Amino acid sequence: MFGGASSFSGKVDAVFLYIAALTIAFLVFITFVMIYLVIRYRRGKGGKAQDIHGHLLLELVWTGIPLVLFLTMFYYGWTNYRYLREVPRDAMVVQVTARQWAWSFTYPNGRQTSELYVALGRPVRLDLKSLDVLHGFYVPAFRVKADVVPGKNNYTWFQAEQLGDFDIECTVMCGVNHSYMLSKVHVIAEQDFSAWYFGDSDVPVLSQAGPAGAPDPARGERIFKLKGCVACHSTDGSKLVGPTWKGLFGSQVTVLTDGKEVTLTADDDYIARSIHHPPKEVVKGFAPQMPKADLSDRDVADLVAYIKFLP
Amino acid sequence: MSTAAESPTSEPSFYERKGIASWLLTTDHKRIGILYLGSMMTFFLVGMTFGVFMRLEQLTMGPTIMKPTTYNALFTLHGVMMIFLFVIPGLSAVFGNFFLPIMIGAKDVAFPRLNLLSWYLFMSGAAVSLSSLFTGSGPPDTGWSFYVPYSLRTRTNVTMAVFGVFLIGFSSIITGLNFITTMHRLRTKGMNWMRMPLFPWALYATAWVQVLATPILGITLLLVMLERLFHLGIFDPSIGGDPILYQHLFWTYSHPAVYIMILPAMGAISEIIPTFAHRTIFGYKAIVLSSMGIAAIGSLVWAHHMFTSGMSEVAIVVFSLLTFLVAIPSAIKVFNWVATLYKGSVELRSPMLFALAFIFLFSIGGLTGLFQGALAINVHIHDTYFIVGHFHYVMFGGTGFAFFAALHYWYPKMFGRMYSERTAIVAFVLIFIGFNLLYFTFLVLGLQGMPRRYYDHLPRFHTGHIWATIGSWIMVAGLLLMVINLVRGLFRKTTIPANPWGGVTLEWTVSSPPPTENFDVLPVISEPAYTFNPVTKEPA
Ligand code: HEC
Ligand code: HEM
Ligand SMILES: [Cu+2]
Ligand SMILES: [Cu+2]
Repeated sequence: MFGGASSFSGKVDAVFLYIAALTIAFLVFITFVMIYLVIRYRRGKGGKAQDIHGHLLLELVWTGIPLVLFLTMFYYGWTNYRYLREVPRDAMVVQVTARQWAWSFTYPNGRQTSELYVALGRPVRLDLKSLDVLHGFYVPAFRVKADVVPGKNNYTWFQAEQLGDFDIECTVMCGVNHSYMLSKVHVIAEQDFSAWYFGDSDVPVLSQAGPAGAPDPARGERIFKLKGCVACHSTDGSKLVGPTWKGLFGSQVTVLTDGKEVTLTADDDYIARSIHHPPKEVVKGFAPQMPKADLSDRDVADLVAYIKFLP
Repeated sequence: MSTAAESPTSEPSFYERKGIASWLLTTDHKRIGILYLGSMMTFFLVGMTFGVFMRLEQLTMGPTIMKPTTYNALFTLHGVMMIFLFVIPGLSAVFGNFFLPIMIGAKDVAFPRLNLLSWYLFMSGAAVSLSSLFTGSGPPDTGWSFYVPYSLRTRTNVTMAVFGVFLIGFSSIITGLNFITTMHRLRTKGMNWMRMPLFPWALYATAWVQVLATPILGITLLLVMLERLFHLGIFDPSIGGDPILYQHLFWTYSHPAVYIMILPAMGAISEIIPTFAHRTIFGYKAIVLSSMGIAAIGSLVWAHHMFTSGMSEVAIVVFSLLTFLVAIPSAIKVFNWVATLYKGSVELRSPMLFALAFIFLFSIGGLTGLFQGALAINVHIHDTYFIVGHFHYVMFGGTGFAFFAALHYWYPKMFGRMYSERTAIVAFVLIFIGFNLLYFTFLVLGLQGMPRRYYDHLPRFHTGHIWATIGSWIMVAGLLLMVINLVRGLFRKTTIPANPWGGVTLEWTVSSPPPTENFDVLPVISEPAYTFNPVTKEPA
C-alpha cells in the first residue's frame, strides 16, 4: 500500500505507521501478559488465589500513559490532515460531476472527459458536485477521499507524484450499480498534458509511457482513424453506418445473438468481442455490416481504452 | 456474599407451568429472557446466512450467484438484523432480563408487564422490517444507515424497514426505563450501589443511553418516512432539505448505540473473568467509573462518522479529539481484566475461552478505531473494508463473543442442563480462526482501497476476497457446531448443581433453573461483590 503516488500519500502513511507501531506493540504486550498470567496462575499450579482489590497508582499509570499516547496520535493525525484542506493557489480547478453511476470531469477551458487527466507534479483542485444522490470520490493511491453531496459544494485536492493510471472509486452507496461507478486518473508528463490540453486531439499522446502494458487511448485514437473505423462510427453521438461510440462504454446495449435478443452492459469484454467477432453479437437496429479488421490484442486494448475515454 | 438463601430451595423451577399461553402471556423476567434468547438466536442465524451469501458472491469477480439488487438488499438486511435485532438488544434483553433481578436480589423487574410489552414491540418491529422482504417493491438497498437522499429516492421498501426499526427503538427505550427503575428501587437489603455486581452496573449505564439516545433515532426515522410519503423537504436537497442534517441525527443515536452494544458485553466479561480466576475483580471502582465515562463521552463523538462529509473544520478537529478520549475508559477496562488474572487460580473452561478471546478481539477492534479517529488516516480508510473489518471486530469479536461467553457461562443456570464442553471448545477454536481470517483480511482489503457495499471488486482485490470467503466458511462451521451443541445440551438428562463454576454473585445461590420467585427469602448483603477468598479476620 505504500506507493507515494501523491504528495498527500506520504503524510497519511506516516501517521499510519506511527499508530500501527504503537498499537501492534500494545496488542502484543497485552496478549503476552494475558497468556503468561493464564499459564502462571492456572488452577492447581499457581498456589492459592488472592483477592486483590486494586491499586490506585497502577490505575493512574494505565490511564495516564494511554492518554498521552492518544493525544500524540490525535495531534499527528490532525497536523498531517491540515495539508489536505489548504489548496495551493496555483492549483488547476477541475469540476467533478457525479451522477448515478458515472463521473465526468470539466477542465477550466471547457474540455470534458469521463476519465481524469492530470499533469505530474501539478496541484489539482477538484470541486465536487452531485446531480442526484450522495457519492464518494476516492482515489486510493492518492489517499484522497471526499463525499459528493447534492446541494453542497465539497472540494478536495491532490498533487500527483507518479506517472500512471490510478483507480477512482465511488465510496457512498448510490444505488444498483454503485460498485461500477469507477473511473481512472491518468497522470501524464507536464508537456504531454499541455499539448493535449491546448491541442485538438481527443486523447493525450504520451511521450513518456506509464507502467508497461497499460492500454494507451491515444494509440487507440490513431488506430480508429487509420483502420477506417471512423468511416462507420462517430464520436460525437451522430449515427453513421454503425452506432456512435459516444457514451458507449458502460451503457446498456441490446444485441442479437443466434437470433435471440440479449441486453448487456458494454464493458471491456463486450467491446473487445464486438471488434474480434463482429457478426457474433449484432447491435439491434443495425445491419451486420461491420467488417473484421486485422488487429492485435494490444490494438484492441488500446481501442477499448479510447472508447472508454470518450464522454 | 449473601447471608440468606445459602442452599437452593425446593420450590419448582420457573419452567414448571406448561403451554404456549404460559409463555406468551408471561410476566416472569426469566421467561421473557428466554423468549428474547430464542428470537435473537434465530435472527442471528438468518443474518449470518445473509453474510455467507455475500461472501459467496465475492468469491469470484463479476456476477457469481446473484444480481447487484440482491446483494444490496442482503447487506442492508444483514446490517439491520445484526444491529437492531441482535447486538443492540443482545445482552441486556436476554441476560439482563434473566439475571439483573436475581443479581440484585429482587423477585422481578420493576414493571413486569411493561417488560412483556417490550418483547412484543421487539417482535412486531422485527416482523415489520422483515416484511419489507415480501411487500412493496422489494427489500431496501440503502445499507443499514438509510442515508438520504438515496433512501428517499430508491423505489425499494425503505418505509417498512424504517418503521420496523422505529418500533424496535421503543422496545429498547422501555427496557431501559424498566432496568433503571429496577436498580433504583429493588436492590435488596445491604446491596448498596458499590456492592452491586458489574453486569448490573453496565446495564445501568447502558439503560441511560437507551433512554436518552433512542428517541432521536425514532424521530429521525419517522421524518424519513414522512419525507418519503409527503416530500416535506427536511432532508431532500432538491426540495430544500439538508442531507448532512440527517447524518448528524442518525449518528447522534447510532454512535451511542455502539455503547449500548458493548457496555453489557463488558459487564458480562467482568462477571466471567473473576469466576474463572476464582478471585475478586481487579479495580471494581475503575470499571464502574469507566462504564459511566463511556456512556457520557460516548454521546459526544458521533460526527467522527462524517469527517469526509464536508463539515466545518472546527467540528472535525473537536470530534477527532473526543474520539481519542473515549478510547481511554475501554483501555482501562482491558487492563483491569488482565490484572484480574494475577494471583488468581485460572480455569480455562469454554466461557473463559470466549471471554479471553473477547479481550483480544475487542482490543483489535478498539485499536483499529484509533486509526479511524486520526484525521489523516480517516480520509483514506473511511467507507472502505477497513471500517467493515473494524466494526466486526468490535461488534462481533466484542459483543458477539461476549454474548456467546455469557451464554456458555449462564447456560447451566438458565436451563439446568449442560452442553458438551469438548464440543464447545472445538466450536470456539473454529470460530476464532475463521473470524480472524475473515475480518483481518477485511482490514487489509480496506487499506488497499476496497470500498464497502460493493457488489463487485477490481482484480487487484481478488486474492483478499478469496481468503475472506474461506474464513467465512470456517467461522460458520464453528458457529453452527456451537448452536448444535447448545441445542443438544438441552436434551441431555443431567442435573446441574446450583453453582457449577464456583461463582459468588447471587444467581449462583438459587437453584438451576431458578424458582419462579427467585428467592424464598430475599438475601441480605454484607460484603462487597466478588468476595471469593475472604480474609479471615483476627478476633478483635
Ligand atoms: C462498414 C462499416 C463499419 C466499419 C468500417 C467498422 N464498423 Fe464497427 N460496426 C458497424 C456496424 C453496422 C455495427 C453494428 C452491428 C454490429 O454490432 O455488428 C458495428 C458495431 C461495432 C461495435 C459494437 C458497438 C455497439 O454499439 O455495441 C464496435 C465496438 C465496433 N463496431 C468497433 C469497430 C472498430 C474498432 C472498427 C475499426 C477497426 C469498426 N468497428 C469498423 C459498422 C462498421
Ligand atoms: C455479531 C455478528 C455480526 C454483526 C453485528 C454484523 C454487522 C454488520 C454490519 C452492521 C454490516 C454493515 C451493513 C451495511 O453496510 O449496511 C455488515 C456487513 C457485512 N457483514 Fe456482518 N455482522 C455480523 C456477522 C457477520 C457474519 C457471520 C458474516 C459472514 C459470514 C458477515 C459478513 C458481512 C459482510 C460480507 C458484510 C458486507 C460488507 C460490505 O459489502 O460492505 N457478518 N455486518
Ligand atoms: Cu456513486
Ligand atoms: Cu461512532
